[in-house]
Amino acid sequence: MNAPDTGLAPQSFKSDIKPVWCPGCGDFSVLAAITRALAMLGLRPEEVAIVSGIGCSSRIPAYTTCYGFHGVHGRALPAATGLKIARPELTVIVAGGDGDGYSIGGNHFLHACRRNVDLTYLVMDNHVYGMTKGQPSPTTEPGWSSKLAPGGTGVREFHPLVVALASGANFIARGFSGDPNGCARLIAEAVRHPGFSFVEILSPCVTFRPDQRAWKDLVRPAPVEPTDDPARAARRLMTDDGFNLGILYKGRRAPYAPAREPRTALAELAKEFAL
Amino acid sequence: MTRRNRKAKPAARAPERPAAKRAARAPTRRRPASKASEEFMARAYAMEIDAAERYGEFADQMEVHNNPEVAKLFRQLAEIEGRHAKQILEEMNWPQMPPPVYALEWRTPEPPETAPVTELHYRMRPWHALAIALRNEERAERFFAGVARSPKTPREVRKLAAEMAEEEREHQRLIREWMARLPQPAPDWSRDPDPPALGD
Ligand SMILES: Cc1ncc(C[n+]2csc(CCOP(=O)(O)OP(=O)(O)O)c2C)c(N)n1
Ligand code: SF4
Repeated sequence: MNAPDTGLAPQSFKSDIKPVWCPGCGDFSVLAAITRALAMLGLRPEEVAIVSGIGCSSRIPAYTTCYGFHGVHGRALPAATGLKIARPELTVIVAGGDGDGYSIGGNHFLHACRRNVDLTYLVMDNHVYGMTKGQPSPTTEPGWSSKLAPGGTGVREFHPLVVALASGANFIARGFSGDPNGCARLIAEAVRHPGFSFVEILSPCVTFRPDQRAWKDLVRPAPVEPTDDPARAARRLMTDDGFNLGILYKGRRAPYAPAREPRTALAELAKEFAL
Repeated sequence: MTRRNRKAKPAARAPERPAAKRAARAPTRRRPASKASEEFMARAYAMEIDAAERYGEFADQMEVHNNPEVAKLFRQLAEIEGRHAKQILEEMNWPQMPPPVYALEWRTPEPPETAPVTELHYRMRPWHALAIALRNEERAERFFAGVARSPKTPREVRKLAAEMAEEEREHQRLIREWMARLPQPAPDWSRDPDPPALGD
């Protein structure tokens, strides 16, 4: 890795606010992975902004020393897009949960993939709304039965990686919080890759989905190399069972970045508003 | 890693590890003779640091969730591992810091002595914390024994690894003794009269 050596250890990216997550929550490891990735990349906290929505996972910016924006439920991506366009020199990481990103924020997810702004989007997917006490989310299995959804929802799950590919995301990967070093490498790769990079991180909610402790026995490295061919990636992702880890697609689309110089002089614009 | 007096009296100075001592008996000051043994000790150092960090995080989590007894125990475990890491560093007298834990390849998702994050429960008892520490020592032993057994391992490293594996077995014995002195958790230890889950 040819990162400039800032000499900063992962600890330098951790704030002194202690997370209020439930003991055992997978999000602790995602926090560790983010801080390790930033150290690997040789970045400094003031060169990074972490933008989130609402949910347990969305608390993550406060636990880092980077710039942070704990925004509105489902609206992390538009806020981050604006920030990256206005301050292209910042490394902008967007973080949140499956509820935040695929339910209320689902529409923004599609368009962020389509726009392909140079962002890294980390979704801590626990197949449940943790913060609001365990309601099913778009990625919840149809048969998962709980007091809030007796007998399960009976509704087919959302497949975020397939949707991301179809919508134009330029980098698609899956990590597992039980492998924080592997996640750190994925995050570092995602940040390096130009355009919209999407990393789904399976992160167990031990309180509402204690069954997810078994994920550690289900995950496995994807038995394939990353591809830049969307058709191949589509076949791969359509048959994926949700537990293949690694980089699954690395595209070549140029990221969207508006011209830095104004294309029209202010006086010209003002003329159009003249009455 | 946990020696008898380290576990019983964590504040006491930890005795030197025979493996590290052996490795330190090298021509240039106290650094080991070969590159392979240096790399091996760097890995052992990364294991200690990572284990210490994880125990520290566990202690924080337990403090936040008002489980001071278990928090104190994890803090002790973190201190013990941290001291071991420091000891390796001093003994090896590396001219520059060894690579961080994430820069090394591990066969397991995390270094063998690091406890998985999901093993915690907010109502756990000290006995559970030691059960976690015991599993960590067991994994560490398997790791070192595997290195010691492998025909691909250079001879001097095999010897170091065998010593380490032996140490880990000793640590397990000490933790078992410690656990035997603690009350066994009641069968309904995790029952919360005001549970977070609306489920059953
Ligand atoms: C506009 C709005 N609608 C609903 C909510 C309630 N709410 C808070 S967090 C959340 C879902 C969180 O789930 P997820 O994003 O999966 O995060 P997790 O807590 O599981 O990490 C909901 C519905 C809200 N805060 N704002
Ligand atoms: S409710 Fe679930 S997602 Fe939220 S902090 Fe607890 S374990 Fe983590």
